[in-house]
Amino acid sequence: METILTHPVWGPVILVAVFAVASVLGYIIIKKVPSLLHTPLMSGMNALSGVTVLGALIAGAVCFKNGQTVLMLVALLAAALAMINVAGGFAVTHKMLRMFNKKGKEGEK
Amino acid sequence: MPDILFYILSAVLSALVLVGLSMQSKVKSAVAGNLVCVGVMGLAILLTLFKQNALLNYRLWIAMAVGAIVGLIWAKKVKMIEMPQTVALLNGIGGLASAFVGSIELIKAESSVFANVTAALALVVGAITFTGSLIAALKLARKIDSRPKKFKGHSFVSALLLIACLAGVVLAGFGWNIVSLIVCAIAALLFGWLFAMRVGGADMPVAISLLNSLSGVAGAIAGMAISNVLLVAVGGIVGSSGLLLTQIMCRAMNRHLFDILLGKTVKVDKPAEKKEDVPAEPEPEPEPEPAFSLKDAKNVIIVPGYGMALSQAQHKVKELCDKLEQNGATVRFAIHPVAGRMPGHMNVLLAEADVDYEHLYELDAINDDFKNCDAVVVVGASDVMNPAAREAEGTPIYGMPILNVDQAPQVIVCNFDLKPGYAGVENPLYSRKHGLRLLLGDAKDSLDTLLAEL
Repeated sequence: METILTHPVWGPVILVAVFAVASVLGYIIIKKVPSLLHTPLMSGMNALSGVTVLGALIAGAVCFKNGQTVLMLVALLAAALAMINVAGGFAVTHKMLRMFNKKGKEGEK
Repeated sequence: MPDILFYILSAVLSALVLVGLSMQSKVKSAVAGNLVCVGVMGLAILLTLFKQNALLNYRLWIAMAVGAIVGLIWAKKVKMIEMPQTVALLNGIGGLASAFVGSIELIKAESSVFANVTAALALVVGAITFTGSLIAALKLARKIDSRPKKFKGHSFVSALLLIACLAGVVLAGFGWNIVSLIVCAIAALLFGWLFAMRVGGADMPVAISLLNSLSGVAGAIAGMAISNVLLVAVGGIVGSSGLLLTQIMCRAMNRHLFDILLGKTVKVDKPAEKKEDVPAEPEPEPEPEPAFSLKDAKNVIIVPGYGMALSQAQHKVKELCDKLEQNGATVRFAIHPVAGRMPGHMNVLLAEADVDYEHLYELDAINDDFKNCDAVVVVGASDVMNPAAREAEGTPIYGMPILNVDQAPQVIVCNFDLKPGYAGVENPLYSRKHGLRLLLGDAKDSLDTLLAEL
């Protein structure tokens, strides 16, 4: 599959640029989070780092097409591990944030 | 799907992640913000599967379902006190996944030099994150000794391993992918292990923040290896935010990141650090003569520390807070940025005990009020209120921002003992003549004593 991202020069340039821009934007936005919410923020970020599941899925799909069974199994394992990170991280974050919100919503249990 | 559409959708999803995160800067909108991130993740998965024509590949769905179920059950069972090690462990698992993705790309070996090099890098960073987080989690869970462990030549071996990692990455650039895979995997796993072994318990907030950042970077690099913009963008956001938290923690502890990574705890061989470990028998302390009681206090500030978490005293603290409020007192909590074992740890514990978050104040917001309050109750904290940070030049905590507890007219200290805290610096506050009441032993019992007097 030929796309601009697999171009030998432009691909790396664009990818590194995306990384840099995302880092700077993330930095600016996260600076505003008060230390009160740092633990949930961290576990939320942690869940997001499980985004590597996308990589595992792509690898899995490609290996499946190519009939590389062993590699596909590794990819499936990676996808499962990443999903533990994603689901666990988001659920734990949710749990903590709801705790902070308990006050305002009395009666709701 | 045309590529351009995919890029646009990736950009929209990345922007939505940023929206979700910025919503997490307010308590009110934070739950929704988290849900936005969940939604983005779901859409990102669908988009990826669609682009790969793999929406109907049930194998992928089964793998994801298994992971998700394990994650959800785990999250349901976890207690607030276990949060630091849980986050560390989840983080390590994410790192391992990135390492696998990198390995697969290396083995397939059908791509450009850039793809090979980034695949090896993803493997290295992911593997370091994995073992590093694993050791950090074990230390936080007290399954292994939380003191820094160093051996002769620790730095030398670490440096060698790091060079080996780099060499492995370079090898991938020359197409020696399998050699690279083996070298990178072994060197990086060992490096992560050595790195985390020499970080001490109280430096963990810094270490987990850094590892969190690394796991994001690992994801981003894996994204570069497979030319996926979305993965790169989200990984970059996580990486920079982890770095930001690391920076905040370092500043609040007055430590240099480098010292922590090198395991430079001040006075490692002093028994001072015992306090961090399972407490020994408390020394019998003569009951102090009828001292200041909280009965008449109208303006009270509570300073919680890791000792409160250790003794699980947060519910007792809440009880005390309620009793005082019934007495007509205002109660506020002063939270030092590095109190506890991860950023914001105290806030979560107190929220668990139903303390209203509006009562929780950051250091800068409350520090000028200590001199005007009636009494301060310290629960299991030492270094964060050690006046030596202000006066004793040359001590390791000199210059560290502290809570001005010493300016309060009455201080009640519910600590386990009077040994110096993690930093190993004696706290001159304990020897002041007036307005000090020491309740040593388990914080829960000390709080009971205070409650009984109300």
